[in-house]
Amino acid sequence: MQYSEPILKAVKKIGGGVMLPHKKRTAENPSVPLPPPEKVVIPMLQHIGAPCQPLVKKGDTVYVGTKIGDSEQFVSAPIHSSVSGTVSAIGNIMLPSGKECQTVEIVSDGLMTPDPELKPFFVNSKEDLIAAARASGLVGLGGAGFPSGVKLNFSPDKQPDTLIINAAECEPYLTCDYRECMENSENILEGIYLIKEILGFEQVIIAVEDNKPKAIKALYEMAADSRDVGNKIKLMTLKSKYPQGAEKVIIYSATGREVPMGKLPIDVGCVVMNVTSVSALNTFIKTGMPLVNKKVTVDGNAIKEPKNVIVPIGTPIKDLLEFCGLKTHPRKILYGGPMMGTAVLNTDMPILKQNNGILAFGRKGAFKPDEHNCIRCGRCAAVCPMRLRPFEIEHAQNIGDIDRLKALNTDYCMECGCCSYACPSKRNVTQAVRLAKTKLRAAR
Amino acid sequence: MERLSVVSSPHINHADSTRGIMADVLIALLPASVAGCILFGWRVLLVIAVAVVSAVIAEFVCCKVMKKPVSIGDLSAAVTGLLIALNVPPSLPLWMVAIGSIVAIVVVKQMFGGLGHNFANPAITARIVLLVSFPAAMSTWTAPLGSVSQIVSGATTPGETIDIITGATPLSQTALAGDYYSYTQLFLGQTAGCIGETAALFIIIGGLYLFARRVITPVIPVSYIGTVALMSWIFGQDPLYMILSGGLMLGAFFMATDYVTSPTGWKGQLIYGIGCGIITSLIRKFGNLPEGVSYAILIMNLFVFYINKITLPKPFGWKEARK
Repeated sequence: MQYSEPILKAVKKIGGGVMLPHKKRTAENPSVPLPPPEKVVIPMLQHIGAPCQPLVKKGDTVYVGTKIGDSEQFVSAPIHSSVSGTVSAIGNIMLPSGKECQTVEIVSDGLMTPDPELKPFFVNSKEDLIAAARASGLVGLGGAGFPSGVKLNFSPDKQPDTLIINAAECEPYLTCDYRECMENSENILEGIYLIKEILGFEQVIIAVEDNKPKAIKALYEMAADSRDVGNKIKLMTLKSKYPQGAEKVIIYSATGREVPMGKLPIDVGCVVMNVTSVSALNTFIKTGMPLVNKKVTVDGNAIKEPKNVIVPIGTPIKDLLEFCGLKTHPRKILYGGPMMGTAVLNTDMPILKQNNGILAFGRKGAFKPDEHNCIRCGRCAAVCPMRLRPFEIEHAQNIGDIDRLKALNTDYCMECGCCSYACPSKRNVTQAVRLAKTKLRAAR
Repeated sequence: MERLSVVSSPHINHADSTRGIMADVLIALLPASVAGCILFGWRVLLVIAVAVVSAVIAEFVCCKVMKKPVSIGDLSAAVTGLLIALNVPPSLPLWMVAIGSIVAIVVVKQMFGGLGHNFANPAITARIVLLVSFPAAMSTWTAPLGSVSQIVSGATTPGETIDIITGATPLSQTALAGDYYSYTQLFLGQTAGCIGETAALFIIIGGLYLFARRVITPVIPVSYIGTVALMSWIFGQDPLYMILSGGLMLGAFFMATDYVTSPTGWKGQLIYGIGCGIITSLIRKFGNLPEGVSYAILIMNLFVFYINKITLPKPFGWKEARK
């Protein structure tokens, strides 16, 4: 297909990274809503930051969008009910990260009645937008879960010039951002205009990997929209290479700027937002409906019918598995993609805000191959996007050499998993680096 | 419901394995091995068999004695055995070949913790051990039976010409004194020498296979061979003759590039390759030994730790953070 405006190419090639099998089987399946679940379990910690306190008690009636948890802390995001019904219990849960938090359990009445008090949110200033981002309960939907209200609340002396809309979706299997681009492009575009105007960005780069031609077409139409005065919104295709969608990597690819060690994207004048986050923010501003549903890719070799499902947050994984059907007993279930996803303990675990995939694997695919001795081939170092030497970090971690861990800049690892993926000896290098980071934090 | 596997991410792995890499190295050594058999006769097959089998048995016994999982399946012992066979003269007594393999596996590799933990290349060390233990046998050379094409076409009957020109490797004083070997002879391996080191062409074919399979990068071989060419030009020697002679090709492509005993990253590999080249040339020019490749690689093996240390890459965002 011919485009009248040029599509930008990446400014810089990423160093390292790996080529993964895409396995995006669900790309062309329109998303389907999950029937209202019987019961949801909503954890009070679904973001990076302080956990929320439940605002409801057993027996309370709640509606879709009713705020059920909030925190006084700056780095936090409120939590809303995803169904209408009655609070059945305030419980506890251990999340796959190992953190424990309170939960609000709600028995659904099956009606999914929206909260009558929800109304559109008028945004005229930066303060309004930040308040909206906070009130919507929005967190970074790419998987990190950093509260959007905090991200957009930058100090005035750090005015960024570039907004990067992250539609890279570089993890295998996952297609929920892709579906969002296809199904909600108008909503995304409105969100982009709003954020750009209110926060005063000079340019907006919509970045997408080049393995998604249909999404490129949909996004192109967005970028070429006539409302875009001065042609400030540009589409950029990036090479399909994991971890292209990682924040620092996408900034480097899109603008050539390297986020300094220990600094944030805002320090190089960039704000990166996931495409679904933008869509969710605009939905909230337009309708008042906070983040209560999440589009989730359900896939993996144990799933009978892989689908993109629109799921109320807090729905147990087992409802989703039932909805999509199981071919075999799952032996491993992941929150998120196979590179950075966390394995869950059981199928009672709820869907969280930042989940973008539930992958279930049978016997094949659930177990890792045996580890062998490191042969120091250096592949882990060659693929590391942060230019670290993972095998040396692993060795220093194994012998407990804190000084060496510091000298090897262990802190800058973003745990993308490329080192373990590339290791011919199948060593769990990423895991060792994670342990090393914990050790360093403890030593500080 | 069966219990779920809960492990740390990532949950997928690249298909490449240690065994696959070692198998690639074996495949890459095939042309040189076949050339050795053709050039020096059937006994070469026996030498290769003894070297490989004794290396694998030594590894098996070591693992059993040390109560470790048996690691012969990763094929690294077979690679070491084959490399030892290619690094000895065709006439070396078989029990000496076996000693070489056992020393390489037991002393150099397993005693330091097995694959990945040795600081010196086992095959190189074995060659040096054999050289100092059995100097006479290790420098008794057999002339090749003829050219590869001659032998294959039957123009020369194996055994007919054997031992006629015993003793002159391309780097020996006799050979260097006159025009003993032509470039073509050197290139095709029609010289006296170790089993796998004479035929530059077949070693290069194997090396190109390793490049194509991305097992190794060209940094070490190119910098090593390039440095030797440059140094011999400075010393007034014939650069092409010098790089086609002795163990340089085999060493540069297959021994100096051993992952375990070479640096990580192109910068370190460049330093290492140049270092190997300088030491090789110095030994060839000023040393009492005609050949310096083994010693050069062994000496540079000892520097790998430090080379790795000084070439530690600056992480992403380092330059900006300094401003």
